[in-house]
Amino acid sequence: MATKLPRTDAVVVGLGWAGAIIANELVDAGLSVVGVERGPWRDTAKDFNIASVTDELRYAQRQELMLRTAQNTITMRNTPSQTALPMRQWGSFHPGNGTGGAGNHWAGITFRFQPEEFRLRSHLEERYGAGSIPDELSLQDWGTDWNEMEPHYDAFEKLAGTSGRAANLARGRQAGGNPFEGVRSSDYPTPPLKQPYSPTLFADTAREMGYQPFPVPSSLVSETYTNPLGVTMGPCTFCGFCTNYGCANYSKASSITTVLPTLIRKDNFEARTLCEVLRVTTDSDGRRATGIVYVDSAGRQWEQPADIVVIAAFTFENVRLMLTSNIGEAYDPITRRGTTGRNYAYQTANSVQLFFDDKNFNPFIGAGAVGMGIDEFNNDNFDHSGLGFFGGGSTRVTPIGAAPINSRPTPPGTPRWGSQWKRSTVDNYASTMSIGCEASNYASPNNYLSLDPTYRDRLGRPLLRITFDFTDNDLKMAQYVTDKVTEIAKRMNPRQMVAKPRTGPWDGRPYQSSHVVGGFVMGADPSHSSVNKYLQVWDVPNLFVVGASAFPQNPGYNPTGTVGALAFKAADGIVNHYLRRPGEMITT
Amino acid sequence: MSKTRDTAKAGGLTRRQLLGSSAALLVGASGTARALSYTDTPEWQPFSNIAATPVDDDADWQFFTPDEAATVEAIVERLIPADDLSVSGKDAGCAVFIDRQLAGLYGDYERRYMHGPFQAGTPQQGDQSPLTPQQRYRLGLASLDDHCRNTQDALFKDLGGEQRDAILAQLESGDIALDDIDSVAFFEIVLQNTMEGFFADPMYGGNRDMVAWKMVGFPGARYDYRDYIERHNEDLAFEPVSIQGRGDWSTPA
Repeated sequence: MATKLPRTDAVVVGLGWAGAIIANELVDAGLSVVGVERGPWRDTAKDFNIASVTDELRYAQRQELMLRTAQNTITMRNTPSQTALPMRQWGSFHPGNGTGGAGNHWAGITFRFQPEEFRLRSHLEERYGAGSIPDELSLQDWGTDWNEMEPHYDAFEKLAGTSGRAANLARGRQAGGNPFEGVRSSDYPTPPLKQPYSPTLFADTAREMGYQPFPVPSSLVSETYTNPLGVTMGPCTFCGFCTNYGCANYSKASSITTVLPTLIRKDNFEARTLCEVLRVTTDSDGRRATGIVYVDSAGRQWEQPADIVVIAAFTFENVRLMLTSNIGEAYDPITRRGTTGRNYAYQTANSVQLFFDDKNFNPFIGAGAVGMGIDEFNNDNFDHSGLGFFGGGSTRVTPIGAAPINSRPTPPGTPRWGSQWKRSTVDNYASTMSIGCEASNYASPNNYLSLDPTYRDRLGRPLLRITFDFTDNDLKMAQYVTDKVTEIAKRMNPRQMVAKPRTGPWDGRPYQSSHVVGGFVMGADPSHSSVNKYLQVWDVPNLFVVGASAFPQNPGYNPTGTVGALAFKAADGIVNHYLRRPGEMITT
Repeated sequence: MSKTRDTAKAGGLTRRQLLGSSAALLVGASGTARALSYTDTPEWQPFSNIAATPVDDDADWQFFTPDEAATVEAIVERLIPADDLSVSGKDAGCAVFIDRQLAGLYGDYERRYMHGPFQAGTPQQGDQSPLTPQQRYRLGLASLDDHCRNTQDALFKDLGGEQRDAILAQLESGDIALDDIDSVAFFEIVLQNTMEGFFADPMYGGNRDMVAWKMVGFPGARYDYRDYIERHNEDLAFEPVSIQGRGDWSTPA
């Protein structure tokens, strides 16, 4: 039995990007807020000290910062006819744990989605015809638009100190940025990062071919920056221990480097760590959330009543909590009814590896988001007429560092041990680079999230089950964009090239990206969405579920910028609309 | 000033209650950490969560029996042979590294989801073995010697280099079936751990004298390349540094 605690105005579940942003906005609006976090309190100085952070074994191999699968994991299968089995070690993606969440060990790449994305189905039907979208894709509009999203992107970039070069400013266009971006109300808060050799070589070649390369927008700040909350970050030093690591320099934006240092000092905020939420409680007819029940590290259960409940965990846990709390109707892939678990999507990661004889890339100099990209083959930036697929990808070179347990490129066919292996490892370590194409993944009726019927977590709750495979659409797209990248690679004149378009089936073992989205998506139509454009749950007006779980599909961009923007959007909905008419769905 | 407090009032246990209660109630995955409520400035000590402790290279084997250790050394010196590029995996400390890893939290997969039912799935569903790394080595090393006794009338460690290479290649390809463990799975964990040991920070027992880092040109635990990032296509000639520094930086004893 859970012991009931005194009520609070709002409880926020998860203190990663989304939860910390919303909690801070609600506290500033005068609400008393309790933040509940499954993992530990993390702090740069005690967790990511410069003396110890440069440890590939600990952070990349043993996954120190990631959620322990012993605590919670997922089960996976490619098709509904298979039996899902647990992911016993994180492979394909890396969920985080503790304050900061996956935002501690992310890469820092901070794109805005393009205006067309927020009305993707409408856009494609307008451009290619009403029947142009194949049945295997369940693409949707988001129920919002660029004008509504832009101020929230702007707020997130200013919070994170995002570095980059704008192209499409409201006051006019300028060269050197991403020409395909939506119109921006202001420039990036910090200038672009300096570039190492491999992105520079790529950008020079791309420019010669008529493309328009731009610095990858990065929430690894390029200079000392103080954000609107008064929190100061320091410049990125390109140490190369970035993705999978916490930042010791206060350079990588996360909730622990941009929000929590000020939020925790505010009187009406309290954070509870190592407390895992079991369910959202509702009144008898399920139309009002009454609070949450959580278990602390000693195994005792507590009920925290709240007038407003915000669920802002990682995609997987957002959806699992909704399923275990019976919020909404679970999606059924046969009848295609129900919305909880629907439209789960991923990212389609492709690459071309280039082996040179005459280059030294100093690959250990890097950062998760330093690099140059082009967007000519992304999303709907090129004409898809007659191609047989929709979507595309963000093409870029982003050297993240080259710690050598993982970074040991050798050409295909090289032995994996012995003298030949060693010779090839030495010969190729510094002279190999890769062009990535992080491409869209479009939702499909057969890709969904549900509760596993067999496997349970340590608390006896069902694990979340992923049923997912790449669609024909995405596989065709992968081949197309990889061919385009290969043309650029060829012109760079390497000794050898290895093109790696994503092929099926989805493989849970190698890391691809942590960009898992959907399952509790936003929209204007309650029959195909779980939350409205303010992330407010249909029919449960005081419950907000925030994160990449709200993406109806995934474009060819990294998700965090949009997660941050949606957090500001949800906070705006609560503070400026919901509090004026509590207990009602927001209708503006 | 810190207002960090136990969560008895706010929704958890006091430290005293926790210490007096059953340890089985502890959240296994978070070790001894306890639920805490934070307001105001959270209290922390510098380095308080930095538990990486250098291993003692010279200590006795922590997990392996002496026979097992000799077998592992006989494997790692073939996976990473001595040549003009580096010393062998054995002399680089890879067996010590694996021994210390198996004796530590990696050895029994305390962080890994280990609930059944355990059943074979598709390759894409990944490792579904119920065996911990400790068990994989214990069973695999014994089975490997059984195989060598049956086919070569010798222990693995007593075979010549080329014979060991041939057996390792047959484990890798699955052409040898071991009695108590899947031969490919056994080979894969040994290869993975050997490479981890060779390329990890030397404080974990392998990569002695930063031999692997010198070999490939990885500068190690450096953290500031702002002055170098725009020096393109140039050999920067960094000498590597480990988390513990460099031997030649230490005061001579």
